Amino acid sequence: MSKHLIDLQNISKSYGSNLVLDEMNLYIRENEFLTLLGPSGCGKTTTLRIIGGFESPDVGKVIFDGTDITKLAPNKRQLNTVFQKYALFTHMTIAENIAFGLKIKKKSKSYIDDKIKYALKLVNLEDYGNRYPESLSGGQQQRIAIARAIVNEPKVLLLDEPLGALDLKLRQDMQYELIRLKKELGITFIYVTHDQEEALTMSDTIVVMNQGYIQQIGTPEMIYNEPENAFVADFIGDSNIISSTMIRDELVEILGVKFPCVDKDFGENKPVDVVIRPEDVEMTVIPENVTDEEIAAANDPSKYGRIQGVVTHLIFKGVHYEMEVMANGFEWLVHSTSMFAVGQKVGINVDPFNIQIMNKPESEDEEAVGVEE
Amino acid sequence: MKSNKYIKLLSAPYIIWAVAFIIIPLVMVFYYGLTDKDGAFTFANVLNISRPEHFKSLYLALILALISTVICMLLAYPLALILSGMKTKNDHLIVFIFILPMWMNFLLRTMAWQTLLENDGVINNVLSFLHLPTLHIINTPAAIVFGMIYNFLPFMILPLYNVISKIDVNVLNAARDLGANPVQTLTRIILPLSVPGIISGITMVFVPSLTTFVVSEMLGGSKILLIGNVIEQEFTQNSNWNLGSGLSIVLMVFIIISMVVTSIYDKEGEGNAL
Repeated sequence: MSKHLIDLQNISKSYGSNLVLDEMNLYIRENEFLTLLGPSGCGKTTTLRIIGGFESPDVGKVIFDGTDITKLAPNKRQLNTVFQKYALFTHMTIAENIAFGLKIKKKSKSYIDDKIKYALKLVNLEDYGNRYPESLSGGQQQRIAIARAIVNEPKVLLLDEPLGALDLKLRQDMQYELIRLKKELGITFIYVTHDQEEALTMSDTIVVMNQGYIQQIGTPEMIYNEPENAFVADFIGDSNIISSTMIRDELVEILGVKFPCVDKDFGENKPVDVVIRPEDVEMTVIPENVTDEEIAAANDPSKYGRIQGVVTHLIFKGVHYEMEVMANGFEWLVHSTSMFAVGQKVGINVDPFNIQIMNKPESEDEEAVGVEE
Repeated sequence: MKSNKYIKLLSAPYIIWAVAFIIIPLVMVFYYGLTDKDGAFTFANVLNISRPEHFKSLYLALILALISTVICMLLAYPLALILSGMKTKNDHLIVFIFILPMWMNFLLRTMAWQTLLENDGVINNVLSFLHLPTLHIINTPAAIVFGMIYNFLPFMILPLYNVISKIDVNVLNAARDLGANPVQTLTRIILPLSVPGIISGITMVFVPSLTTFVVSEMLGGSKILLIGNVIEQEFTQNSNWNLGSGLSIVLMVFIIISMVVTSIYDKEGEGNAL
């Protein structure tokens, strides 16, 4: 798990005046399921195409297993790609599609036949060898595309938004399928997607990208729970991002109210961004007859909350209720299994562990990061 | 139900068109071709093709049409490949330039080749100016092939370009990804996927080349008779409609054979690139 299989060193790439990747450095370990995640135009697909050999970087090197492969043609690389819209050969049967790479490599007929059988079994499409691609559904075609790639025994499988064209249910099934395949094959997967849920479900490592820069690299848990900046927090799941002030270590002032937190070393009275996930906002009902004085006098924040507000929107989402609460001039997004009616006065509290403090972006440039989907 | 009736009504003009200008003329060709001057049924007109001078002109027409089709294919395929690989907005402009001659009158274009190829024409003038030996091209089969290629090349370029430019670039990337080098990608992926365009192109070049009489008359100097010229002369000079129609039937059979042969190579039968 520790060996670097692929090293991207200082990669820059631009199309005309449009800088797509800016001095990118990234390593991919052997046997890792790594996901490049970001909005369209963030450079994730370009990164994949550079690894696959379909684009060459303007500057920088691609090191594969210790060898510089920056200028190597795609047909000479020890990796295979699963393309976005399957890219099957429509003039060939499924079996001929799968055999294509092996025939090019002049493998024996019995070897090829065994491999076709094995690959079709692996993707649960055993009886489809003699059919043509257009007679298969999207999900089946995508599985054939994967089978066609893996019979060549690549060290790395590159997947370019392979589930993008499938409907939700099928996409979820295919996610489990991919995790299973990854385990059975024991090879490295590099996966490109703009779907954060897909990334969180399948990956060992997520690389969040935006506008040609890597925003954060980490495990799904790290990316979700400890986003490094407002872009990552906003892109991965729903979140409340509130401009706040770090009073001192372990104390932050949010919307004029002091909240204890666990973060340190931000300095004193420093402006920061605070991320609070909607499911981490704790709410209590404040009955009508409770006066402001009584609220102010209450010592226990779990009784009437630290901030008080009014529920403005309520949507039932199945697993939970999604609510918007106006409190101290900020519209809080709240997910809760209990329902709070619109117009209800509520108290808001957040556990110190659930308050994520982030440095404010330093330059104007970085502030311009926005989520576009 | 009601809309179905309207659709039938809407198709009426086309049915009338087809009957008046396609079906009836065809029936007339078959009638004249299979009767003699007194209207009695006979195969004599059709069998007339076995006369040496008629057979020779059919044979020559087939050979020249074949040569010009092959040359058109060899010229057009690389062009279509290059253009569809360019991925710029200019490829449409270049295709436009190549098909621009189609906008000029067919006779004018062929007359232009006459002036170019003549013994004291433009090409020979340039050659003699450069003290190079002059060429005798006009009134040879080569001149006819020149004329056919020039006139019919756009009909080969268009369907090929249409089909090749529609091949998903990721399909080509997938072939490369699976280890195919550029030549293998061409022979195993691009060529088979462009078969419908090849079929269209062949049909649209071979058939008019086989039947032309204008090109052969203007560039062959009425010394070289193709089957088209023979048929034309039977109708216009000899006023023998029966013989002209009989030979036309023979020519039609050859066209049908050529189309059947090409479509055998098109598994899916989708020769509809244009």
